Order: sequence, then structure tokens, then C-alpha cells
Amino acid sequence: MSRASILGKVRSALNATTDDTERQATVAARLRDLPRVTPPQRVAAPNTDLVACFVGELERQLATVKEVGDPSEIPPAIAEYLRAQNQPLGLRHGSDPRLADLDFSAVPNFEVKTGPALPDDSCGLSYAFAGVAETGTMALLSGPENPVTLGFLPDTHIIIVPRDRILATYEDAFSLLSKEKGAGAMPRTLNLISGPSRTADIGGRIVIGAHGPRRLLALVTAQL
Amino acid sequence: MQPTSHDFKSNARTALADHQLQQALSGLPTGLVAQRAAARDRLPEFEALRDYGRDIRNHCLDHLDLYLERYEAQVTAAGGHVHWAETAEDACTAILKICESAGAKMVTKGKSMVSEEIGLNAHLQAAGLEVVETDLGEYILQIRDETPSHIIAPAIHLVQDQVENDFRRQHQQLPKDRRLEEPAELVDEARQILRQKFLSADVGITGANFLIAETGSSIIVTNEGNGDLTQSLPKLHIVIAAIDKVVPTLNDASALLRLLARSATGQEFTSYTTFSTGPRRADDPDGPEAYHVILLDNGRSELLGSEFREVLRCIRCGACMNHCPVYNAVGGHAYGWVYPGPIGAALNPALIGVKEAGALANASTFCGRCESVCPMRIPLPKLMRRWREIEFENGDTPLLTRWALRGWASVALWPSAYHRLSSLMVRALRLGAGKRGAFTWLPLASGWTAGRDLPAPQGRTFQQLWAERQKAATKKTDATETP
Ligand code: SF4
Repeated sequence: MSRASILGKVRSALNATTDDTERQATVAARLRDLPRVTPPQRVAAPNTDLVACFVGELERQLATVKEVGDPSEIPPAIAEYLRAQNQPLGLRHGSDPRLADLDFSAVPNFEVKTGPALPDDSCGLSYAFAGVAETGTMALLSGPENPVTLGFLPDTHIIIVPRDRILATYEDAFSLLSKEKGAGAMPRTLNLISGPSRTADIGGRIVIGAHGPRRLLALVTAQL
Repeated sequence: MQPTSHDFKSNARTALADHQLQQALSGLPTGLVAQRAAARDRLPEFEALRDYGRDIRNHCLDHLDLYLERYEAQVTAAGGHVHWAETAEDACTAILKICESAGAKMVTKGKSMVSEEIGLNAHLQAAGLEVVETDLGEYILQIRDETPSHIIAPAIHLVQDQVENDFRRQHQQLPKDRRLEEPAELVDEARQILRQKFLSADVGITGANFLIAETGSSIIVTNEGNGDLTQSLPKLHIVIAAIDKVVPTLNDASALLRLLARSATGQEFTSYTTFSTGPRRADDPDGPEAYHVILLDNGRSELLGSEFREVLRCIRCGACMNHCPVYNAVGGHAYGWVYPGPIGAALNPALIGVKEAGALANASTFCGRCESVCPMRIPLPKLMRRWREIEFENGDTPLLTRWALRGWASVALWPSAYHRLSSLMVRALRLGAGKRGAFTWLPLASGWTAGRDLPAPQGRTFQQLWAERQKAATKKTDATETP
């Protein structure tokens, strides 16, 4: 009822009818062609070092970024970071097989749990679907592999970003998503994360760790 | 919320005398304004992006019915529900019904200006629900029983001491001698308190910065992460958004997102940009079990067919108010309704009537800074000017202003008489001012002279000076051209 009325009012405001094939064709074309704006030079110029751009931008937004060579270096890098931050040695991650393969046995007393986040978890570990160089942004897909709550309930969030999935723009990340998961397919939640939780609501001064993670570590690695 | 826009003048007077408010507002030029300028300078494509963004929004509005239908179909395909609401009341009723049918007792909320517009909190509370604002600024306002004074920085009118007092009053269960001197300590306290609320909420309500027709997704843009906890932990996620929020594709949203954070806070991108599509999938271990979207009209469809259509391009970045000298002087509450600043002056008369909000269009010096920074290139001064005309046509302009305008117009229609009269006036003023060269008091202008002197004209009118200059210039060219 409201639906018909609102759409009717919109159409009459636009002097449009329901059988206007030209307008329908315009809309269909946009949804098919998915036009893009010219990408920013900072990532589109020839020979741009996308990884360097990604790291630089993410660090500007107060995240810690560490580049590691081999996946075997990930557990010690995480342990070192948590120790340096005075955090408990342990984390939780989802069922992503690439995370299950990480071997923390060399780190004494390191506790690894799996599943969605619980209120007392101190650290969540996620695997990024892609990185976006233009603003140091990481795209995360919700699901059993990488439950969405891991990125928001724990005090520390660690994200693994494979080097060869750092793309230039958001549009590149979306088109990779369509390619790998099916055209227009979306998970329940797609998070674009570009820094730790922050606020400027008290006197305009920036404070890190408002409601989400107080610290964010991005580990740029070779593909696992 | 009961509007007080018609009282703008007296609201403004109170605001100007409020020292704490003035102190809070003094941070704007070096804060959000400077940060935006820096972000714009870092992105050479910024101005071209503004054109592209404006064109996207125009395209959306021209095809709004079709994109809304497509959006609805995609939400439904993802397992979500779309509810259409013509008025604020319809929207509140729909949301309450969803909450009640889920047996909800506690609702957490992310920041949403549309929920302010429809008065959602009061409606839900009246039905016995506990409603908790989780954006830090909104939480502070909720415990102060105030409304936002800015669309992206809702508590920008407060200084830190005020927040400390509020927290001490509100959080009596905590030790009295705790330290609350640093912003970080206050943020931490709010974090502890709100954690419990996030974990026990039955329903999470968020707004939407954009809705995507291509995929049926709603987008929220935040820094705190409160919106994500709000929408991921409870059983139910409800999105409240106006119909003008729909954009065609993810790529279109990308272009607009490049403008939004830079224009708003001067960040390259906010910490969290979150796309939600439907409820949790069959094998998802977290996320809401049900997903509802309320599509609100509340006057937008009428605006679409009016000469004010361009305000619907607004992406609610707040840049126009940050750069407005009037907003900087009086803050957001003086505007007397949900949307303050230039966007409020252009939008509110359409939503709550010219009689109530027409005064806002007069709260402008027409300096044009708002239009010069608006990422969507909305001609805000032009729209405000139009509201002034409508107010005048409706006879709502104050009597004194009408007479003054009529008197001025009757002379201005006769240019030669006008010139003669103004040159007489100018000479008289010069003589009247005497040696001082300025007036400390003038009849009908005591409002101006109370705060400063009015410099007297120097004896000749602009037209006279202009004519003299033209004459001198012709003489000069004549002289140089003569061999
Ligand atoms: S009118 Fe323009 S500047 Fe003002 S909030 Fe809207 S988009 Fe931003």
C-alpha cells in the first residue's frame, strides 16, 4: 500500500510511467556495465608500488603494519606483537583453512581458539579477502571462515593480507569478489577496515579504541 | 522533536552568550575544516570526483523508482524484508511492530539522523523498550537528554568538562574518586558501560549512508565500530533509511565514498565501512537472524518533483555546516530542528514547512562557502534564496522587513531618483558622523552598533566613484592613443 503510493509519487514527480522502456534500458545498462570513475593517480600511475602505497596509507591511519616473508613467520610475528603490547598470548580465528594451518606450537603457552568471538576474547585473527592500496583498506567477508565479530569484540584485531591480493581500488576489490563468488554475490557482511576503532566525540580529540579494537595489526604476507 | 526553528533569532542570541558553546565551537576552523582541506590537497582528483559524484546522484534521482524497485528485489532475494513508510509515524509503527513481534526488550542504536527525524527513540520508549544510543557522541546526548547539534559530530557543542560531569552523574555505580581527566578515560568508561548493552540487546538499529540497488546492500560508515557491534550481535538488524539513499552500484558507491570521509572528517577513509546484505547465511556462526529495512519517504517524493530536488543529492557529510560562518557562531541547536547549518536551511522548510523553518534561510550571509565545499555541488545559497522568496510570497516575512523592503523597492525602481537620494544620504551621513568618521549609535541599527561602530561613508556613492574612474580611464586611453 505504502509501497505503491511512494513509488507512484516518485514517478509522478519524475513525470515517468511504469512502461517507460528508455529509462528501464538506461538503468539496466548501468547495472550491467558497472561504470567506474577514473582511479586516483596515487594507485593508477604506471609502475605504482601498490604494497608500499597500502602500507603507507594504513600506517597513516594509526594501524601497525608488518611485512612477513613466509607464512611460517606469522605465528612468531603475532606473538612478538602481542608481547610488545602487553597482551595475553592467544587468539581466536574462524574455520579458514589457511588460518588453521598456522602453527603456534613453537610459542610457549599460546592459546588458539576457533569460532565466533566471545566477550572475553582478547584477540581476533582474520584473513582478508583483498587489500585496497588507495587508502590502506582491507576487505573482509563474514562467514564461518572469518566470523564478523572477531573484528569488533576483542581488544586486538589482527588481519592477514596476502601481498598479491593488494589491489589498486575499491572497484578492483568488488570485481574480484564478483569473479570469485559469482556476479553481485555478497556475504552477509563485507567489512572495509582502514584502521583501529577511534572517536573524536569528546572535545574533538582523537582517541583510539572507542567500541571496537584498540589496536589493529596488518600482516602483509606471501599467499598462504 | 518539537521544532524551534521559528525562534532562530532568540536561539542564536542565547547561543552567542553561551561561553562553553563558544569554546566548543572555536575548534572547528583548525579541526574539521583544516582536515578537509588537507585531505582534498592529498587527492588531486578531488574536484573531478565532485562532478562525477554529482552526476551519479542526479542519475539516481532521475531513475529513483527503478533503483528502489531493484534494491527491494535484491534485499528480498538475500532473505531480508523491506518495509515502505510514507511518514515518520508509519516508520515508527513498523519498527515497533518488528521489535514487538520478536519479543524485544532492549534496542541498541547506531548513529542515524533519520531516526532523529522520525523521533524513533521516544516512540519505542513509550512502548516500554529500553533504547541505547551507542555512538559515543549520541550516548552523551542521550544521558543529557539533548539532540545532536551536528550531523556527523553530534556532541560538538560540548566541552570535555561537561561530559565528565554527565558521566559522574549518570554512572553512580562506579567509584566516586576515579580519574576522568583525559578524553581516553572518558571513552574507556563509556566503552565498559556500553559493552554490556551490546551484549544484551535484542535488536540493533542502524541508519544507512547508502543503499545499493545492484546488490541490495546497506552501507554504514563509522569510526568507532559501534555500528558493527549494534548490527552483528543482536538477533535482529533493522535499517532505517530515506528513499533518496539508494545508489545504483558498488562502483558508484565507491566514487561517493571517496568524497564522504574526506569532506566530513578529512580522513582518507573511515576505520569502518560496512556493507550488510540480508540476514546471516545458513552456515554463518554470527550476525543477525533477521534483517529489515525501512524505506522512508517523509516528504522526499514531493521534494523530488519540486524546484528543490537538488538537496536530495546530499550525502550528509557536514562540510557545509563546518564551513558556515553562521553555524560557527551559533552551533547547531539554534537551528531548532534535526538538520542544522546550510543543508538544514535548504531542507528543513520542505520537511517541516516554511512557516516553521523559513527563518533558517535568513540565517545566512550568502558568502557561498557551503556551496564551494559541498561534495555534491548543491547550490545551497540559491535554494536558501528561493525559500526567502517563498516566505515573502506567503507573507511570512516579518512586517518590519516587508515594509523596509517595500520602501527600498519603491525608490530602487526609479534609478535616477535612487542615485540622487543615496548621494544625499551619503553626504548627510558623512556630515553626521563628524570627526570620528563613525557612528556609535544609529536609529534602527542598535543591534549592529551595540557591538561595534558603524564606519560612515566617505562622501561619494559607488556610482559616483565608478563614473569618475571610467572618465579618468577614457582620458588615459585617449592620451595614449593620440600620437
Ligand atoms: S549539503 Fe553538501 S556539504 Fe552539506 S551535508 Fe549535504 S553533501 Fe555535505
